[in-house]
Amino acid sequence: MTDKNGFFDLSKTGLTRRTALKGLAAGAGLAVAPGFVRYSQAQSSAPIKIGFQSHRTGIGAAYGRWYEKTTAAAVKAINDAGGINGRPVEVIIEDDGTDPGRGAEVVGKFATQHKTDIVYGTLFSHVVIGSAPAAGEAKMPYFVVSEGHHVASTKLNRYVFQPGITDVKSQIQAMAPWIAANAGKKVTQIFPDFAFGYDHRDYLPPALKAQGAEVIAQIAIPPTESSFTKYFPQIPAETEVIYHVMVGPAVLTFVKELGEFYGSNRPQLFGFIDSLEATDINSPGLEFLDGSHFWEGSPRYAQPDDSAAQKAYRAAVGIDDNGAAVGDPKDVSTAAHMFGCWETLYVVKKAMEDAGYKGPEDRAKLVEATEALTEFAEGPEHPQGPKTFNGKIHQCFGIQNISKVEGGRLNVVHKTKIEDGLYEPEGDYTTQPL
Amino acid sequence: MKEASPAKAYALHLGVIALLFALSFVLPEYHHGLLARIMVLAVFAMGYNMLFGYVGLLSLGHAMFFSAGLYGAGLAVIHLGWSVPAAFTAGLACGALLALVIGLLALRTTGVAFMIVTMMFAQVFYLIILYFASWTGGDQGLVVPQSARVLVVGSTSLGLTEPTVRYMSALALFSIVLLVTLVIVRSRYGRVLVAIRENEERTKMLGYDTLSNKLVAVVVSGTICAASGAAYALLFGYVGSTFASVQYSILPLLWVLLGGAATTLGPLIGTLFMYYVVDITSGYTSAYLLIVGIALILLVLFFPKGILGTIRQRWLGWLP
Repeated sequence: MTDKNGFFDLSKTGLTRRTALKGLAAGAGLAVAPGFVRYSQAQSSAPIKIGFQSHRTGIGAAYGRWYEKTTAAAVKAINDAGGINGRPVEVIIEDDGTDPGRGAEVVGKFATQHKTDIVYGTLFSHVVIGSAPAAGEAKMPYFVVSEGHHVASTKLNRYVFQPGITDVKSQIQAMAPWIAANAGKKVTQIFPDFAFGYDHRDYLPPALKAQGAEVIAQIAIPPTESSFTKYFPQIPAETEVIYHVMVGPAVLTFVKELGEFYGSNRPQLFGFIDSLEATDINSPGLEFLDGSHFWEGSPRYAQPDDSAAQKAYRAAVGIDDNGAAVGDPKDVSTAAHMFGCWETLYVVKKAMEDAGYKGPEDRAKLVEATEALTEFAEGPEHPQGPKTFNGKIHQCFGIQNISKVEGGRLNVVHKTKIEDGLYEPEGDYTTQPL
Repeated sequence: MKEASPAKAYALHLGVIALLFALSFVLPEYHHGLLARIMVLAVFAMGYNMLFGYVGLLSLGHAMFFSAGLYGAGLAVIHLGWSVPAAFTAGLACGALLALVIGLLALRTTGVAFMIVTMMFAQVFYLIILYFASWTGGDQGLVVPQSARVLVVGSTSLGLTEPTVRYMSALALFSIVLLVTLVIVRSRYGRVLVAIRENEERTKMLGYDTLSNKLVAVVVSGTICAASGAAYALLFGYVGSTFASVQYSILPLLWVLLGGAATTLGPLIGTLFMYYVVDITSGYTSAYLLIVGIALILLVLFFPKGILGTIRQRWLGWLP
């Protein structure tokens, strides 16, 4: 069935058969040949191969870039110190486009094409959840650096771990005592109307209640919203603290409009730095945040009491005292999260050494060795701070920082204890077959 | 246009199916897995082609039909514990019902208005998925448990996560849809659809009820896309709102344009081509979408009717 009037004729360019065949052959040759040559080379590599599922494009690109820098620094440090079990570490990066469908394909590619020993490094929750089935089916240990509660919820599978960064449920729970004691007892939450916001919506009220405070209003902002002023009248007048977790490019508008709404007489503000990761805190429009507080996993700005390990980590990754790339003050890092890459790789190293890991045939041993880990001491391998690890839910728990915006920088005013963020396990991965 | 003899047309299509079957035994592991995914998504493209290629209706909302199947099947397994065949049927039913409702509303428009209306309905569908996050998992999506993805045939249990079972399941779906598409486009009904595409007024004047013919095409197209979505959920174990986003409405359009609109095998060729261009180029540069864009421009210049469409126009006029 052909169309007669050129319905699909996108151009009327003349074309000879010879030209078309030449073009097709050349194009196919160029596209296909180098790829297969590269794959065959990759398969003959000897080092321990870590497949890095990176968000190089898509909405996670800013995080992905800094995750790559941190990973490169950690791998260099590990290799300089003799590698893992005496073998060098090689990182193979594939872009998942911050897309769960592509993410699953990438995991499959690592398992069957690159034949990596593990897959690692995913941040965005929907990509983790989309990729987890592929990892479980391939029996591929999958170490994510996502902070989502999805791993600890035990809804994924036995091959998925998050040993380098505390999950968001624990983070929120750990914030509650400080908010209730220092910021105020009546809290209004403003959050994006999708899963990241729901974690805050669901976990903050009980955590605050346990501290004698309460959430008096929850305002969900649709993800497509670009102006927020119309939502602010919903904030009850008796609000003492506005707890905000807006993310994405709209955060600048959100802060600016909140400033215009309140002027100088505002309630206390408490937010998660996720809103402003990779964004200069001194950007025009953010002046209103001065004096407000933020959660930070690891502090963006160098602190007076930074440990030697923290200083060494910052130098290795290449961030200056303001948390920006050395030599490029405008290239602000994702400091609050990316330490998780560094620490996860050292957990992998430890688990592989404990398991006597030799190759993919030892993946099950690696899973069990990781599950057997219980504590990570603060030091060069864990510069963010000490952590405990629950092998049943594959999740680590660490300290959290509360920082105040003062004089155009974030100063840590409180560090939580690990116990502040502990909760009852919701399941047990170790009962699943390997 | 030359009309292929039925034997020639069916021989070609059965040959393609036989080739895909044979490839299962020779492809390296990675390409074996990738081809299974491509076949499932080629079904999505075939569903899109049914409406775009043969009726000339350009929809920008087909992600909703794919997602109706995806969620229809996935949620039936996750929340109701349904078996694989029941869940797949639920996915199909969701897609068919949604297509019927959307068709009744959207077919009141044509051309650009049809594009906009379908896109808006798809956006509504996407936001509904986000709104009912406690059921759908919202933007994070849900995992379909591996233990539930088992097809029981008599006394035999086939795990859909087994590579060979998954490949053959994908091939079975692809083959059925391919042959059904071939039968439809070669039937009297298929000719009426092409007549509507070429000149709807004239078709009306000849006494055909174009609205009901188009409505049937929307339902068939939506059901095929839902079959693809349901298979995706059951074979690959993830349902998520990304698949309902506008990006997944554009992709089948690209696959069909690349492979050749109004060709039965074009959707497979387009999906295959696009997948491998992305897969290979992303290994070299993060600007792989630029290369994809250049590839698309080159195709438009040298293969203005898509790969198979141009081959048909220039050399093999009998291609269905």
